[in-house]
Amino acid sequence: MQNELITDAQLVKSYIRGDESSLEILIHRHKQRIYSFIYSKVLDRDIAEDIFQDTFIKVIKTLKRGKYNEEGKFLPWVMRIAHNLVIDHFRKNTRMPKFSNTEDFNIFSVLSDNSPNAEKALIKDQVESHLKMVIEELPKDQKEVLMMRIYKDMSFKEISEITGVSINTALGRMRYALINMRKIIDKHQIILTN
Amino acid sequence: MAKIYSQKSLKNQTGKLNPKDETIEFLLNYSKALSVININNLKFEALLN
Repeated sequence: MQNELITDAQLVKSYIRGDESSLEILIHRHKQRIYSFIYSKVLDRDIAEDIFQDTFIKVIKTLKRGKYNEEGKFLPWVMRIAHNLVIDHFRKNTRMPKFSNTEDFNIFSVLSDNSPNAEKALIKDQVESHLKMVIEELPKDQKEVLMMRIYKDMSFKEISEITGVSINTALGRMRYALINMRKIIDKHQIILTN
Repeated sequence: MAKIYSQKSLKNQTGKLNPKDETIEFLLNYSKALSVININNLKFEALLN
């Protein structure tokens, strides 16, 4: 009851002089009006809570720095700070629009992350090392043609020129390379899919 | 059953709203921890926890 008798101006003065309990009375006296005002603008409990907190941090800093002058009244001054912070909040959000998911629309149905996850990366590594092993088991001439055709993307004409065999031989080696690879895969029961 | 499409008025919703106790606790602690040091007309803020 006694707290009600002390005016805001008196409380502000005693807070500036170092009486911390005055701030507590001021906050409790005005918290509902200030918080409701902020909530009525932002309509989100968490954001309102953040802006309420920022408002009073500003109030505390200004009072402690001795920059507050009792021209107007305490509450309208705090309300003005809150109002400015609400405007800042909306400005920030228009620069960086926020999407929230609803039942009808989920932002992740439009956006996707194509980079492989840890499991896929692991499988890819495994497949590649198995494939290397399979290729290593091929006879040297077949392996040579396969490497040139698949990894160096050379035509059979180029392969035949470099290896000094006819195109038909190169084609035949490639064919046998693939047949042998299938056999090796079957023999070791390797799965080469991801 | 007919659906009620009208919204509760904002005044009723916001009338009883209060910030969380933790927020107020934080502010009071912040205030106790903050001290402004005045040196040669320059003001420095120090947070002592």
